Amino acid sequence: MAINRRDFLKVSAGSGLLLASNTSPAVAAPKPLPPEAVGILYDATLCIGCKSCMVNCKKFNSMPGGALYREGGDIPYEHITPEEIYDAPTELSDKTLNIIKAYKSESADGSDADMERYSYIKNHCLHCIDPACASVCPVGALIKDPNDGVVSYDQDKCIGCRYCQIACPFGIPKFEWQETSPKIVKCQLCHHRYKEGNYSACCEYCPTGASIFGKVADLREEAKRRLTLSPGSKYEFPVQTVDSGNRQFKEVGNYLEQIYGMTEAGGTQYLFMSGVPFDKLGFNPNITDQAYPDLTWGYIKKVPVLIVALLIAGAASHVITRRDNLSDSK
Amino acid sequence: MNSDHEIKMWTPNTVILFVLMTVGLVAIFYRLANGLGAATNLNNTYPWGLWLGFDVLGGVAMAAGGFTIAAAIYLFNWKKYKPIGRPAILTAFLGYLLAIVALFLDIGHPFRLWHPSIMWQVHSVMWVVAIHVILYTTTLAIESSPMLFEKFNMKKALKVVNGIMIGAVVFGVMLSTLHQASLGAVFLIAPSKMSPLWFTNFMPYMFLVSAIAMGLAMVSAEAMFSAKAFGHKIDKEIYFGLARGLFTTLLVYLVLKLFFLISNSSLATPFNGSVESNMYLLEMFIGVILPVCLLASRKIRTNMNNILTVNWLVIVGVLVNRMNICIFSMQEYSTAKGASYFPSAIELLVTLGIFAMGIFLFKMAAKHLPLFSEA
Repeated sequence: MAINRRDFLKVSAGSGLLLASNTSPAVAAPKPLPPEAVGILYDATLCIGCKSCMVNCKKFNSMPGGALYREGGDIPYEHITPEEIYDAPTELSDKTLNIIKAYKSESADGSDADMERYSYIKNHCLHCIDPACASVCPVGALIKDPNDGVVSYDQDKCIGCRYCQIACPFGIPKFEWQETSPKIVKCQLCHHRYKEGNYSACCEYCPTGASIFGKVADLREEAKRRLTLSPGSKYEFPVQTVDSGNRQFKEVGNYLEQIYGMTEAGGTQYLFMSGVPFDKLGFNPNITDQAYPDLTWGYIKKVPVLIVALLIAGAASHVITRRDNLSDSK
Repeated sequence: MNSDHEIKMWTPNTVILFVLMTVGLVAIFYRLANGLGAATNLNNTYPWGLWLGFDVLGGVAMAAGGFTIAAAIYLFNWKKYKPIGRPAILTAFLGYLLAIVALFLDIGHPFRLWHPSIMWQVHSVMWVVAIHVILYTTTLAIESSPMLFEKFNMKKALKVVNGIMIGAVVFGVMLSTLHQASLGAVFLIAPSKMSPLWFTNFMPYMFLVSAIAMGLAMVSAEAMFSAKAFGHKIDKEIYFGLARGLFTTLLVYLVLKLFFLISNSSLATPFNGSVESNMYLLEMFIGVILPVCLLASRKIRTNMNNILTVNWLVIVGVLVNRMNICIFSMQEYSTAKGASYFPSAIELLVTLGIFAMGIFLFKMAAKHLPLFSEA
C-alpha cells in the first residue's frame, strides 16, 4: 500500500488547514435598505434634553403591542418602593427603551476649542440594516421586517439565551433578569403604532425636531443637506417627521462631517448628527463598517463542506488504516 | 456480567459528592423558582457568566476526549488505546449531559430548550451548536450503549449496535469536531467587544485544537484516577502515547497562539498589567507553556507523576481559556459600561453540584457496567 498512515494524516490535516485558512470575512457589499425602510434622524445640535421622548416612549410602549407592555398595562418605572415611584434611568434597561444622556467636555487646556463642549445623545436600538442580534438568534425571536426594516421581537419563541446581548455591537438588547419568565427588551420603533397611522412616539413628542421619523432614504437626504449648510445660517428644520409641514426656523449648528449610521455596522436605520465626536458620546470606537452577521456566516457557510469532508476523511481513514494494520500483522 | 464488588458504594469521597449534589439540587430549584436575577450575578453587560463559560464551554471541552480516542481507535485503528475507549466515550456522554443541564438552567426559559430543534435558523451559530449537541449526545448514547446491552445480555441489540459502530464513530467524530469549532465561532460576532488577545477569525480552530489537548489530558488523568480508585490498571504505554499526542497538540496550539498574538496585537500586550493581560498570561502559562516545557524532555514525559501534573495543568489551563473568552475578553468593554461580575453562591453551588454529579455517574458506571472491558 503506497499511502501509509502518517502520510494520510498529513494529507487530511493539510486539507483541513486549507479549508480553515479562508476564514477572514471579506467585507461584502453592504445589504441594501429594505424597500420601505423607516427610521429616525437624531440631531444632537437640536436636542434640548427635555426627555419628552423618554416619557412618551415609556407611555406608548406600555400599551398593548408595545415593547414594554405587560399584563395590566402598567408603566414599568425604574424604581417602585413603598414610599415612592420615580423614574430616573441612567442606562437602557428592561424598563427603558430610550434614553437621553448629557455630555460635557472635561478638557481644561482648551484642546476642545474647535468643537461643541456640550451635547445630548439619544440612545436606543439602531435597527441595523443587517442586524447582528437577528442573525445570531437561534430561534428567530428577533426578526427584521423585510419591508420596513424594523427589528422586532417575538417573546413566545425566545429561549432567553442572551446571545443577542453578546452580539449587538451597540449593547442595546436588555434582559428581564428579575422575571421568572423573562423577555428581551429593546426599541421596536413603535411598530405597534403604524397601523393607526402613527409613528415612533419619541419623534411625535419631540418639541424641537431633534428626533424626526421617516423613510430612511429621506432621512439620509435630509442629513446630507444639513451638512451642506454653513454653521450659523438659518434653516427650516422639520419637526416630528421628515416630510411634515411643521417646521421650525432655526440657526444651523456646528456639525461634524459625519452622519453616524450611514455605514457603521453595515449601516443603520437610525441616523445621528452631532457637533461632538461620537466616541465621546458613548459609541464604542471599535465598531467598524463591517456588517456583523458576515463574521459568523463566513464560518457557517463552510459547515456543509466540512461535514462532507470530515465524513469522507473519517471513513477513508478507517478503511486505509485497517488495511495497513492487516498487512502489518501478516 | 455482575457489578464490580471491588468498588465500594459508600466511601468518604462519595459522601462528599452526595452532599455537593444535594446542595446543588436545592440551588437548582431556587434558580427555577426565582429566576436568573435572583440566582445569579449576571447582568446586561455580563450576560454570560460561570454557567456558560465554565459548565458549558469548559464541560464540552472536557468531553473532547471522547471523539479524540474514538477517532484513534476506530478511524486510525490505533488498537492500543482500546482499553480507554469506553471510559473516554462515557466521559464525553456525561460531559454533554451535564452541559445540557447547565444550558437548561442558564437560558431564561429552561422549558423552551427544545425550540431550536423546530425553529430553524441556519445563519445562527447558536442554532448550529444546538443541533450539534442534540445529534452528538444521541451518537454518544449509541456509542456507550454496548455496555448496557452486555450488562443485560441483550445479544441482538448488541449485534445491531456493533454493526453500526463504525458509522456512528465516523458521524460522531465529524459532529464533535464541528461542535468544538462552532463553540469558538459563537464569539466571531463580537470583535468590537473582545480583546485582540483572544479575538481572531481562527477562533473556531483554536477551540478545536485546545479541545483536543484538553481531551487527551482528561482521558489520561481519568485513566490514572480509575487505576487508583477502581484498581483498574492499564499499560503505561497508553499514558506515554497520550502524553506525546498532548505535546504535539500543545506545540501546534502554542505556535498558533503566538502567531495570532503577534498579528492581532503585539508581544508586549500580555505584559501591560491589565486584567485581560494577566488572565491571558495565566491561561498561557498554566495550560500551554509550562506543560510544553515539562513534556519536552523524554525523561519527564515518561514519568507518571509528571504526566499527571501536566494533565492537570492542561485541564485547568483550557478551562481558564474558556472562562477568559466568555468573560474576561470583554472586560475592557464591560468595565467602560461600569459593570462588574463575580459568580453568586448559587452559581458556584450549581456548578459544583453538576461536576459532582458527573463524577458520581462515572463511578456508578464503573461499578455496575463493563466500563473497562475492551469489547
